[in-house]
Amino acid sequence: MAKLKLNLITGRTIHQGVAMEGGKEKDAYTKACGIIEMDPSDMKKLGIWKGTNVRVTSEWGSVVVKAVEATQGPHPGLAFIPMGPWANAVVNPKTYSTGMPTFKGVPIEVEPAINEPVLNSIQLVQKKCRGEA
Amino acid sequence: MSKVVTDVICPFCGTLCDDIEVVVSDDGKKIEDVYNACAIGAEKFLHAQAPDRVKRPRMQQPDGSYKEVSYDEAVEYTAQMLYKAKKPLMYGWSSTSCEAQSIGHEIAEKVGAVVDNTATVCHGTTLIAVQDVGIPSCTLGEIKNRADRIIFWGCNPCHAHPRHQSRYSVFPRGFFTNKGHTNRKVIVVDPRVTDTAKLADYHYQVEQGRDYELLSAFRVALRNEPLPEVVAGIPREKIIEGAEVMKSGRFGIIFFGMGVTQSLSKNHNIDNAISLTKDLNEFTKFSIMAMRGHYNVTGSGQVLGWQFGFPFSVDLSRGFARYNPGETSSNDLLVRGEVDAVFVIGSDPGAHFPISSVKQIAKLPSVCVDPHITPTTEISKLHVPVAFVGVEVAGNCYRMDNVPIEARKVVDPPEGVLTDVEFLTRVNARLDELMAGGK
Ligand code: SF4
Repeated sequence: MAKLKLNLITGRTIHQGVAMEGGKEKDAYTKACGIIEMDPSDMKKLGIWKGTNVRVTSEWGSVVVKAVEATQGPHPGLAFIPMGPWANAVVNPKTYSTGMPTFKGVPIEVEPAINEPVLNSIQLVQKKCRGEA
Repeated sequence: MSKVVTDVICPFCGTLCDDIEVVVSDDGKKIEDVYNACAIGAEKFLHAQAPDRVKRPRMQQPDGSYKEVSYDEAVEYTAQMLYKAKKPLMYGWSSTSCEAQSIGHEIAEKVGAVVDNTATVCHGTTLIAVQDVGIPSCTLGEIKNRADRIIFWGCNPCHAHPRHQSRYSVFPRGFFTNKGHTNRKVIVVDPRVTDTAKLADYHYQVEQGRDYELLSAFRVALRNEPLPEVVAGIPREKIIEGAEVMKSGRFGIIFFGMGVTQSLSKNHNIDNAISLTKDLNEFTKFSIMAMRGHYNVTGSGQVLGWQFGFPFSVDLSRGFARYNPGETSSNDLLVRGEVDAVFVIGSDPGAHFPISSVKQIAKLPSVCVDPHITPTTEISKLHVPVAFVGVEVAGNCYRMDNVPIEARKVVDPPEGVLTDVEFLTRVNARLDELMAGGK
């Protein structure tokens, strides 16, 4: 199966903010943050459609999210996951003596994961903590 | 008949908009509508009314389910946990009032805790840089009235601070900027074509993580020294043009965000941005300001500053204040397994810390004080729901430019729900008893 190496950054989106205040246990939060925004050219390279679930893997972890077309682009080679537990499953926790984990500039690999579900924030964090995901 | 409460503060982001109007039912219990706020701010007020809101503390059972307990039991568990722990971490503080913070710090001093706020994952590196080189800053009012060169570096206010541009930085007509945005030139530096970048006069699509190089290049261009053909993905001519735009203004400001604080180089990026600001002051007036996220993360830094001398990552475990980010900061402590209990208030590390740190919290005795259900509450041993500061209880908060603003109370909290101040005060009193040798 095709795999694509990308550079990941995380950050806020207005949907992330609204969904977060609406309740992190709700579906809207998963829809707003359990996604990866990719450049259309990168989606083509990976051979996926908009809305395909993908598995994102880094040196520090792995998570399933829905691939969506970046609205704030173009930016080939760069991927964006809104801040939240999905992004934090793969970011670089190292702080290099500053206290600040490296939330931006994380090397990741993306592959299609059509049959794997996107967990909601609570399930995801609980499963990760129990070692089930 | 409903009534309108005016001049309400929005307790979401560091912009702390102070012109919100909230329509409240006659009995003062229900919020019916919210005017002037952005989508996020409005949601914050409306969600406080959610019918499925948790109204009593909940204790995690061995099978992972939650059982309702009384506030008395919650106070007892929290006090005992902090009392027994050798080095507890007391994290959060950015979504609560300065009053609550100060009581929390009293507790932390008593039990020898590490106190850290959300700056540790947003502008902590900024605070390090500011301590290293200082910061030439100003207030948002000065920006509105005077600034004609606006730079957004590694931040995306359209999404993170939705009314920042309309209230202060781009669109408003100020005393010396009476044509609004036509008086101003806006430069955005971001690796993506963000919605903020789309509104800008100039967008510098910097290569991700190359902010330091581009900042240096602008400094070189200001001095008319030679530059390579391309720096950080930006052609030389564009850099020289940008430097000219900055120089030619009467009052400029650099707003910067997570793009600089969280990319590699971290505090060094900010050192360099502050140095660029300093250089620009040789030509015109320039300021720089951090785009703070939580509505009172600035206040947390202030209160910690007055009380202990440091703005975040304050380690009180030895009986005096120590500060050494990388050592006394939450994620480093958690990943190294150096704390033995976690108390969280006014933030959600379960959603916003790297998962390796979250796993550590889940293993430890833990309390999360939060009005919402969050990933943190769902891995903590005890969840204590409280009233929303700025919606159901008043309290002091600091805007991103360090201006203190009193948040207002709009409606009553649900019956029997404590405020942060009440809960912390009770824990503090119980700790006094425990320490005096009571049981
Ligand atoms: S910009 Fe920030 S403070 Fe203003 S209404 Fe929106 S969320 Fe609230």
